[in-house]
Amino acid sequence: MSDAEDKARRRRSIAIALALGALVVLFYLMTMVRVQP
Amino acid sequence: MTTATLTAQPQIATVGDYFALLKPRVMSLVIFTGLAGIVVAPGTINPLTAFTALLCIAIAAGASGALNMAYDSDIDALMSRTANRPIPAGRIERGEALGFGWTLAVGAVTVMGLLVNIFAGVLLAFTIFVYVGVYTLWLKRRTPQNIVIGGLSGALPPAIGWAAVTGSLSLAPVLLVAIIFLWTPPHFWALSLWRSGDYARAGVPMMPVVRGKASTRRQILAYTAVLIPAGLLPAAIGLAGPLYLAVSALIGAWFAFDAVAVALENDETKEPAAHRLFRVSLVYMFALFASLIAERLLHIAPFAGWM
Repeated sequence: MSDAEDKARRRRSIAIALALGALVVLFYLMTMVRVQP
Repeated sequence: MTTATLTAQPQIATVGDYFALLKPRVMSLVIFTGLAGIVVAPGTINPLTAFTALLCIAIAAGASGALNMAYDSDIDALMSRTANRPIPAGRIERGEALGFGWTLAVGAVTVMGLLVNIFAGVLLAFTIFVYVGVYTLWLKRRTPQNIVIGGLSGALPPAIGWAAVTGSLSLAPVLLVAIIFLWTPPHFWALSLWRSGDYARAGVPMMPVVRGKASTRRQILAYTAVLIPAGLLPAAIGLAGPLYLAVSALIGAWFAFDAVAVALENDETKEPAAHRLFRVSLVYMFALFASLIAERLLHIAPFAGWM
């Protein structure tokens, strides 16, 4: 794998990690919203 | 190895390529009209729930865009406007785009159904079905009415936003859907007037290709004649107030003026009037929904309405 390919894959992996992290936070907060009386 | 084979090598997909699959410009208009549906709906919604609903609308729109690009990559490769999209350009494989699109689509509908409400989730699923199943896979290559019927998909976000707040629908969101539905043909047919060569080359039966430019111009005018009065109706049914009415009337008149100019156009090569109509149609749609939102934010009361 070339340097450019390696760099592009790394950036994609970071983007996926950030998206998953944001979803975890969103689901946590939405659960709090929905369990509120 | 020749230069030709070198340039044909698969390129590297960047994050930006995956973002481009989501058709971000279409997505931005869909987010905006969906937001208007949320803002004008009666009742209250938790801001985080509203954000989640908008996120689901945005992701579903993006997923539809990715699936459209995957299923239509063969015709995209033949048109200058779309030839550099990630799939025809060889940066993303068609199968990857399908996986990406379907994952986002199923995810967005599931989250909408579980975290907002089931009805909004069902409407969102229906929107994706109309864009991917009805428009992309069924009608686009078969009939010049493709964008008329498929336009329902792009028209639904205000209803989804409304349903996210109320869990139901009524006349007001249906009217907002109708306005976008009527707006879609003049908007797209204006574009297709100067892109008709592209569509003909790709074998896509857009209206100017099948019925000719003269018929397309008449139909643009006919849809505009229905759209502009329909654009005033939110004030009549008590959904909008004086700001909306003024914006809708003024930019509606500008829209109608350019639609007449398209009907009378002589320059079939450059189609300057069609370019102008395309631009004003975007301004019109943005201004209509911006004024609806602004009236709520500025506490400008809607007219009493006769319904």
